Amino acid sequence: MKGFNAENYDVVVIGGGHAGIEAGLVAARMGCKTAVFTINLDAVGNCPCNPSIGGTAKGHLVREIDALGGEMGKTADECCLQSRMLNRGKGPAVHSLRAQIDRNKYKEIMKQKLEKQKNLDLRQAEIVDIEQDNDIWKLKTRNGAIYETKTVIIATGTYLSGRVHIGEVSYESGPDGIFPAAFLGESLKKLGLSIRRFKTGTPARVLKSSINFKDLEEQYGDEKIVPFSYSTNKELKNKIICHISWTNENTKKVITNNIHRSPMYSGKIEGVGPRYCPSLEDKIMRFQDKERHQMFIEPCGENTEEMYLQGMSSSLPEEVQIEFYKTIKGLENVMIMRPAYAIEYDCVDPQQMYATLEFKDFKGLYGAGQFNGSSGYEEAAAQGLIAGINAALKVKGQGELILDRASSYIGTLIDDLVTKGVNDPYRMMTSRSEYRLVLRQDNADERLMPIGRDLGLISDEIWEDFCDRKKIKEQELKRAKNTVIKPSEGLNKLLVSRETSEITTGIRLIDLLKRPQISYEDLKEFDVTRPDINPSILEQVEIEIKYEGYINRQNRQIEEMRRLEKQKMPESINYKDIKGLRLEAQEKLEKVRPINLGQASRISGVSPADISVLMIYLNRKSNN
Amino acid sequence: MKTIAAIATAQGSGGIGIVRISGEKAIEISDKVFKSIDQNKLSNQKGYRAKYGYTFDKEGKIDETIALIFRAPKSYTGEDVVELSCHGGVYITRRLLRAVLESGAEMAGPGEFTKRAFLNGKMDLTQAESVMDLISAKGKRANDMALSIREGSLVNKIEEIKSKLIEMTAHLCVWADYPEEDIQQLELKVLKKDIDSINNTLQKVINNYDSGCAIKEGIRTVLIGKPNVGKSTLMNMLSGYEKSIVTDIPGTTRDTIEETVMLGDIQLRLIDTAGIRETENYVEKIGVDRAKESIISAGLKLIVIDGSKEIDDEDIKILEEAGNENSIAIINKIDIDNKIDKERISKYASKVVEISAKEKKGIEDLKEAVYDIIGMTKIDASEVIISNERQFNIIKKAYKCTQEADEILKIGMTLDAITVLLQDAIQELMELSGERASDKVIEEVFSKFCVGK
Repeated sequence: MKGFNAENYDVVVIGGGHAGIEAGLVAARMGCKTAVFTINLDAVGNCPCNPSIGGTAKGHLVREIDALGGEMGKTADECCLQSRMLNRGKGPAVHSLRAQIDRNKYKEIMKQKLEKQKNLDLRQAEIVDIEQDNDIWKLKTRNGAIYETKTVIIATGTYLSGRVHIGEVSYESGPDGIFPAAFLGESLKKLGLSIRRFKTGTPARVLKSSINFKDLEEQYGDEKIVPFSYSTNKELKNKIICHISWTNENTKKVITNNIHRSPMYSGKIEGVGPRYCPSLEDKIMRFQDKERHQMFIEPCGENTEEMYLQGMSSSLPEEVQIEFYKTIKGLENVMIMRPAYAIEYDCVDPQQMYATLEFKDFKGLYGAGQFNGSSGYEEAAAQGLIAGINAALKVKGQGELILDRASSYIGTLIDDLVTKGVNDPYRMMTSRSEYRLVLRQDNADERLMPIGRDLGLISDEIWEDFCDRKKIKEQELKRAKNTVIKPSEGLNKLLVSRETSEITTGIRLIDLLKRPQISYEDLKEFDVTRPDINPSILEQVEIEIKYEGYINRQNRQIEEMRRLEKQKMPESINYKDIKGLRLEAQEKLEKVRPINLGQASRISGVSPADISVLMIYLNRKSNN
Repeated sequence: MKTIAAIATAQGSGGIGIVRISGEKAIEISDKVFKSIDQNKLSNQKGYRAKYGYTFDKEGKIDETIALIFRAPKSYTGEDVVELSCHGGVYITRRLLRAVLESGAEMAGPGEFTKRAFLNGKMDLTQAESVMDLISAKGKRANDMALSIREGSLVNKIEEIKSKLIEMTAHLCVWADYPEEDIQQLELKVLKKDIDSINNTLQKVINNYDSGCAIKEGIRTVLIGKPNVGKSTLMNMLSGYEKSIVTDIPGTTRDTIEETVMLGDIQLRLIDTAGIRETENYVEKIGVDRAKESIISAGLKLIVIDGSKEIDDEDIKILEEAGNENSIAIINKIDIDNKIDKERISKYASKVVEISAKEKKGIEDLKEAVYDIIGMTKIDASEVIISNERQFNIIKKAYKCTQEADEILKIGMTLDAITVLLQDAIQELMELSGERASDKVIEEVFSKFCVGK
């Protein structure tokens, strides 16, 4: 590697997006000398797709990131424009926060957080070459500077060999017209990583004053906003409204007539696109019977007139875009400021990694975010945080952090990636967690804050707050067990009106609350000894009481799962030598190289009998 | 570790049948099904003791039984073990196993007793390889078994229920994961109805499986041929073969008569079809169409030909109708004469055998031919029983989940809890294959719903 020697680091992060930010901040906070490289300083913390953070399961991720000391939730709260708790009424497991955010402000705040962070250098440079020299990684910038580092985290998002497609037009580019990382991809291939190509896309941004909002359905935020972060104390206010419109027969006609000009359909794009982020033309072609598709109009910020058209991503030629957008009610005279586009990029097969996000074959090399085959800001940030923590632990010789599936959505996300691999960009969903009644957004702090605290990422103030909340919750649970509610006319009237049985003798508060028809709020006047408690804690108590049976049920499943997780697989294991394993199982196990028996059991193609065989094998090994 | 149980004896119809129970609760569970004649509980006994008495289930007495007690670690598995020996035979052993499972034991996985013995240090380390081989072979056989007795067995039912459950769960999931999408509204009424219908199906499967004493599942078999070629004689002969069990199952299928007979270790569900011939008569035509349909869907086709006469066009037509997959051409009445060239008809059927139903000759050949076709040449009866029993158990576990889902839906519990129960039910049904419920549900979400921004 030729060039000039610049600087030495403990941790170098390539990329300043959502994954890179969390990775860089956490490594620096854990005391490592850290650098974050970005192709363009003005693109740090960019949200090149929707101007919102959170959503179903993604909101859970943000809360979990916050409980571990990450930054995403705090910054989202700081630039919140509108917030809603989704799925109220569908059960606590699926409550999810989603906030519209000010995109420019988000970037600004995040960049400044990186700039102000002790131990962290934020640098604008394109990394073009990567080399391993014993335990040291060497990175070269396009200008010829060589940086040496103990660990590297690759978080290149859609920049790595990025190529934008708009109809027949295509060119090398990152998102939002920023330069792509044009050379690193080749270097990674040379290093020996197996690289694949994925695709994603985004809709057009349009000028607010060119939209006719009259007659469009409006969407408001919640009256009382629940913040993402456990450290946000100030009350958040809704500042904007969103609007809803629909495509129609004409939209469908324009798209169907021009479908041959879509690079996805003409075969120009080889990359695999996400199933859950389809372009409008995908939705129209795949679901021909559907008469109309929904569109949300979301402001990109307070100080901009750019509006985002959620649901309308496309890679059709610009002139077709103009035509089809104008068929939509409210957009008749729309002025497109940035056209919709599809973007292809290089990423890796995450089965090459451990759940620490370190590459199995390259010690000290980590990956996070879209580079690992995921999609979404929140998924990226979650991985960045874990990769950053693990890189720092490695530098400090302090072991590793692996979150299991029962601990968090973060753990579920990473386990899915490294165990099952991905065929298209991976999005988090509540349906992906088998333990979703335990992994709720309201208890992310209980699940993860102690881990964050141990890592030194939670301040005394936040920690004490958490301990107080927990104490109050436990006291209230105890009170609910010991408090007897006496029968009264009023209470029985309420019970009957809710179609549940009357009481004739005193009943414990906890037993009344177990009835699905009865809420804490309902019982206020009959529960005379109730102390004044923060409603969010009360809600948590109520959930724990009402869902106790199901939570216990899931806890039993978790125990069972963790029994298998405890049985570690030796790194040197050679599956081909294990007699009794079926060939399919041998191959799959060899590919994933699971770290424990639990992970092995989740690989598709590995049967319960194969796991028994492995158990015997491990037992013999440990006895020898 | 869970307490496990299985039938330990090899032959379903041997002189003695043993149900073996191993694990922490082995003795406690045995006390629930076994009553010693001296009224002493097994839990008061030391190891290496035998007790004489009777076993019971909720229907009443099962059989005279001897209980052998082994106390940990001095047992085969190194855990507490009880072996309940009763009179052999498919029915009794199975009923006893069922009683044990209902009292809290889990069905043992393939090779699980040996696995536990090894893990508890009861075996030499050098035996590890052979233990691994054994487990792997048993696992493979359990799987093969589930596939080979697919026709007419519970497997199809399980598949059907599974896909219905996946469909419902996917709708619940999409509704929770895409709250703002324009998707079909989830109506509680419809959900209730769907869960109800799943419950009914499961209940019916469990009841049908339980009622009577015969092993119901088996191979749907059609017996066809011209009139008077000896179909009925053959049927009677099969029914009477080796004290096999004959049951009428009235009205459960669209077929007129269905009988379950044992051919060696295999159960055949014989369907007597209307004769196949061209007819203009409307009513008769319906019967003929039905017959053709049941022939196509049958897992085994037995075509009877009168060997005492020359083969004619009608015989050939029937042979063609049956096709040469899973079909056996049976040349009957060889006690009278055999005018049929075996070679000539071999191209019409998978196998050709010569018998005399009247004189009960050639039954062994027929049995072998059936074994060959079903791929059970190397499988013994107790494994068939265990395989069926395992599937039955899976269904029962799934039913527990869906039943609970039904109950809590009625009292107004939120749908996240119901989704979890349904997903658990799917996971139970996927126990053998090692598939994951959440993967299947998500696949279904994206293939059925237009969601995503």
